[in-house]
Amino acid sequence: MRRYGLKFLLLILLFIAVFLISFLMGRYEISVWTTVKILIDALVRTVTGGSYGLSKTWSVEAQTIVLNVRLPRIACAALVGAALSVAGASFQGMFRNPMVSPDLLGASTGAGFGAALAIFIGASYYAITFSAFIFGLAAVFLTYSISRLSKIKTTLALVLSGIVVGSLFQSGTSFIKLVADQDSQLPAITYWLMGSLSSVKGRDVLLCAVPVLIGLIPIMLLRWRINLLTVSEAEARSMGIETTTLRFIVIVCATLMTSASVAVSGMIGWIGLVVPHCCRLIYGQNYRQLLPSSAIAGATFLMITDNIARTAATSEIPLGILTSLIGAPVFIYLIIKGGTASES
Amino acid sequence: MNLDVKNLSFSYGSKGPGVLKDVSFSASSGEIIVFLGPNGVGKSTLFRCILGFLRPDSGQVLIDGKSTLDYKRQELSRLLAYIPQSYSPAFNHSVLDSVLMGVTGQLGMFEMPGKDKEEKALSVMKELGIENLANRGSMKISGGERQLMLLARAIVQDASLLIMDEPAANLDFGNAFKVMKRVTELREKGYTMLISTHNPDHAYRYATRVIAMKDGKVIADGNPSVVLTGEIMKELYSIDVAVSTVNVGKSEYKVCTPVG
Repeated sequence: MRRYGLKFLLLILLFIAVFLISFLMGRYEISVWTTVKILIDALVRTVTGGSYGLSKTWSVEAQTIVLNVRLPRIACAALVGAALSVAGASFQGMFRNPMVSPDLLGASTGAGFGAALAIFIGASYYAITFSAFIFGLAAVFLTYSISRLSKIKTTLALVLSGIVVGSLFQSGTSFIKLVADQDSQLPAITYWLMGSLSSVKGRDVLLCAVPVLIGLIPIMLLRWRINLLTVSEAEARSMGIETTTLRFIVIVCATLMTSASVAVSGMIGWIGLVVPHCCRLIYGQNYRQLLPSSAIAGATFLMITDNIARTAATSEIPLGILTSLIGAPVFIYLIIKGGTASES
Repeated sequence: MNLDVKNLSFSYGSKGPGVLKDVSFSASSGEIIVFLGPNGVGKSTLFRCILGFLRPDSGQVLIDGKSTLDYKRQELSRLLAYIPQSYSPAFNHSVLDSVLMGVTGQLGMFEMPGKDKEEKALSVMKELGIENLANRGSMKISGGERQLMLLARAIVQDASLLIMDEPAANLDFGNAFKVMKRVTELREKGYTMLISTHNPDHAYRYATRVIAMKDGKVIADGNPSVVLTGEIMKELYSIDVAVSTVNVGKSEYKVCTPVG
């Protein structure tokens, strides 16, 4: 892919710009310059253990809002966007299908059920993530097994079993909502399932970052090899790939990233489909370039979407609603084009 | 490198009918062995056993005296390369990236192909006359170009035994000739080739040796002009076949024609 370096640099600049602009969104007005100073000050103080810092020319309120309200939210948006995009691109390569996404495989609905169940029994934040991961993984394996057993050995089998498994977990979630406490648990589960970053706090960043990185790092390191999963099984094996092991690693890592995202932000659909698709058009099909660009583009995309979510209306719009509005047209386009994203 | 297939038998499922029955042959450097036989005779199954994808019921496949099942996938990829009959990738990777996939067996677990590997891929592509396709999408090139791309991928893999399952089956008359010519030119570089085909003319023209298979058994093995007689062809395909010689200048070509 020629001129990849330049295109990737532009993407990083866009990411930085969106990251900074996101701090300006909100009712309390803080200038860019003040925001940058507060961030640099916090960074320097963290690195040097508080012995150095900038002279404070800003109010305590401004500092609290930037560091304790806006920073965690923006960081989580970036993390979740990157995680869902990389998970989507990885699932697509592994299942040899550009129309696959964490939602379509049932990973999101499975993780959603797991998290709703954990909220219902009043579990801790860790337990919510863990439960989301286990049920997300179970859903993906269920979808995959059904499609493997099917006589229709095609994409259709995978998509259909994804729909079935998704609806199974969906009804499980509905049942939990039915029996949940009407005053406290039900609103929490419902609002959270629609996807939102409004309740994100400082500790959430770390709790989300750890499982996301555990999933992201192996996939990033193995990304050249994911290319070989997109040709036939026999070819990949003849070129020296232990396909069963590689598939297993990819599926576990991608599901972990999806579940960690679902646990922190609820169900935010379509990103795993839309972002990799756009990146394939711009950066080509090679996973060596596709995964890093999907990560940065996904982070940028969700930060922008979250900015719209918190500023467009007087009350917050759930993120899941916004991403569907963008995702559905892209999916329709993919169906019409026959699922191929290519430029030359 | 020496390949020894010893008394290989295979069936799908424990009670299934035998697909391969006591198949034995060996191959050494510079041989082009063409496998002939009707559909479903077990040619592809034999190749899959040699590549280690299928575990035989009995018998062994040995490379330099060691069973292929005892090699790691990565080690085996440095010995055997496989060219499938049809290539149906899920994504439109560029031709260069598709060729580069062949070097994966030479890389560490987390390594990416570097500049040296890229230059090697480009020089192999140049030799095969497809260097101008480097940045084109692998889904958007012709069938003949795609087979040459797969051949380039097999060459950069650095294996010395090439296994090709009907490499020219989906190609038109002209492209089939061009691809087979490129393939068999590699013999001079010391490659050993196992090629299955439906076209007996290919066997006459390119093979140093032909193995005829029927009902999972080898029924003839030897020099094509000696082995490929009208009788054998009749036994294989149940039709009457006339073998004739066409003289063009000083060259002689043997061809098969179904008669009656």
